[in-house]
Amino acid sequence: MKTGFKRQLARLVLGLSASLPVAQGAAAVQPLSMIGQGEGTLNVVAWEGYAQDDWVKPFEAATGCMVHAKYAGSSDEMVALMRSGGGGQYDVVSASGDATLRLIFGHNVQPINMALIPAWKNFIPQLQSPDFNTVGGVHYGVSYEWGPNTLLYNTKTFSTAPASWSVIYDPKYAGQVTVPDNPIQIADAALYLSKAQPALGITDPYELNQTQMDAVAALLKAQAKLIKKYWALASDEIQLFTSGDAVVGAAWPYQTNTLQAANVPVADTIPAEGATGWADTWMISSKAPHPNCAYMWINWVTTPKVQAQQAIYFGETPANTLACKEMDAQQPGACAQYHGDAPAAYFNQIKFWKTPRTQCGNGKDDCLDYAAWQREWQSIKG
Amino acid sequence: MRMKRTWRAALSAFGWRHEGAANAALLGLPGIWFAALYLAAIGALLITAFWTVDDMSGDLIPGFSFVNFAQLASDPIYRIIAVRTIFIASMVTLTDAVLAWPFAYAMVRLAGPKLRAVLMALVLVPLWSSYLARVYAWRLILAHNGVLNWGLSAIGLPDVHIGYSNWAMWIVFSYLWLPFMILPLAAAVERIPPSLLEASADLGERGMGTFVRVILPMALPGMVAGAIFTFSLTLGDFVTPLLVGGTGSDFIGNVVYANVGVTNNIPFAAAYATLPLGVMAVFLLLARKLGAFDAL
Repeated sequence: MKTGFKRQLARLVLGLSASLPVAQGAAAVQPLSMIGQGEGTLNVVAWEGYAQDDWVKPFEAATGCMVHAKYAGSSDEMVALMRSGGGGQYDVVSASGDATLRLIFGHNVQPINMALIPAWKNFIPQLQSPDFNTVGGVHYGVSYEWGPNTLLYNTKTFSTAPASWSVIYDPKYAGQVTVPDNPIQIADAALYLSKAQPALGITDPYELNQTQMDAVAALLKAQAKLIKKYWALASDEIQLFTSGDAVVGAAWPYQTNTLQAANVPVADTIPAEGATGWADTWMISSKAPHPNCAYMWINWVTTPKVQAQQAIYFGETPANTLACKEMDAQQPGACAQYHGDAPAAYFNQIKFWKTPRTQCGNGKDDCLDYAAWQREWQSIKG
Repeated sequence: MRMKRTWRAALSAFGWRHEGAANAALLGLPGIWFAALYLAAIGALLITAFWTVDDMSGDLIPGFSFVNFAQLASDPIYRIIAVRTIFIASMVTLTDAVLAWPFAYAMVRLAGPKLRAVLMALVLVPLWSSYLARVYAWRLILAHNGVLNWGLSAIGLPDVHIGYSNWAMWIVFSYLWLPFMILPLAAAVERIPPSLLEASADLGERGMGTFVRVILPMALPGMVAGAIFTFSLTLGDFVTPLLVGGTGSDFIGNVVYANVGVTNNIPFAAAYATLPLGVMAVFLLLARKLGAFDAL
């Protein structure tokens, strides 16, 4: 009896160690060479509003892949969901640029065969192989939609659009400034300093060494005295501008649209220094149980029609250039309103969110990682 | 039917003869609940506090390391936040104790039965509405163009700017937890035999003397029992600082929340979360000394 147990134990240990190389092999999984028969099911992790019936129902009817969507509230929740239960629970995720690298380096997502994604060649060139989803020439995802973090201001306080982000660091507006309560906000200050203090040598606002971070933190600690409130939800900022508690701050286009619809005198702009922004990517789990349905989904949501539906629903800009005409057809003027027709210069002004890492782009290893950013952010806001 | 009654009678007789077994049966279910969910959760918290997280993959690394505690000790911000949390929790407790006295005393000693029922309802009705709705309501009251400044300007006073500040948190917390102070205090005041008050008067004490030397000491356990609620509820909160706090308003709970939900650094959050556990342990020991557990 006892030896039998021991033998079983030994077999278990052997089995476990034997399965390890298999698990590691899954990390280097080969991309699909062709899209086969759908598996009938697709498990999706997405931002709220990214799996609306308007385009999910027709997808289910056309492919037979029944969509089960799980909404996540933050990039970190998305990463956690894709890693939960060993990683085989979900097929696709709509990851933002500050989550994508964590998923790639965590071996949680698989390479994509771009030959199977026909819409890809119509994407704006900047979103075909961006460095937040393409590593070493290998695509780990397909870009989806994007938007800038804008400078929102009260038009009664500012008769013309502020030309510089300096207004949110200006003591003149003490107690009337609001910015997001998010460590990635450090990049906004770094972007401003890259222009205001070129001597610091900040080339990428997401790659900061300790000296650069100290300068950025000093600016943000001075700004903290001017802040009315660090906003956690978009609705917080909408209320601050509606009540007049804040007159200038960092925002998303969504807030501007909502406030203008409520006749609050606000407008937004991208100042001379440029802006940070978000660009979302559909990625497929390295252990996706339904890879064929996953490819079908990505092809479905990158069609001009769905791209346009998504852009208008969420207030963002599609990656597919052919979506512009569709947007105007669905809602006249929508393409211009959501920058679908904006020139490349508009996109190039935006420094998209990515995960801060210790490896700087310049080959050095002295940059601060995201955990350090979070600690810094905590001591900035107090 | 008859069978069943016999079975019940036998069980009842067994319980009557073996008191220990009866008590064990009654305490068993809540006991298992307590051990499995509450103690296990605290145990997991204490163990996780010594773990670390892999920077790259975000995986938890089990082990025994003091790195989280070293980080907490080295950065002054975590001391500042802990002191802020404990200070505001203490201020809220003091404020509620002061505010609750006249209300509780009037409710159980001065009011007639009808008025008493109305006052009781006034204390309890806010608890029926959502906590979030009440915090948001305060946000509107204290905002720049809110009811407070509107009222001040109507009577010719200058505006105050206390929206989104530690003052706002103090006001909102004091409002939120006031019923939890009034209820045990009122119960304690009610338990004081009227004959003692009459004796005090007969012996020549006036109203204030009777209050300080008879009512206050006898109701103290009730007040401390209320303080356990107001202090611990404030100490553990993170929603009110999030909604009505301004800059420099983070509580221990906000740091824990950010480390779990934003940076995925659960061990660091667990390490910081052990602090309020310690604070509450000290607070409860003091409360027991003051007799609060007899008043609950």
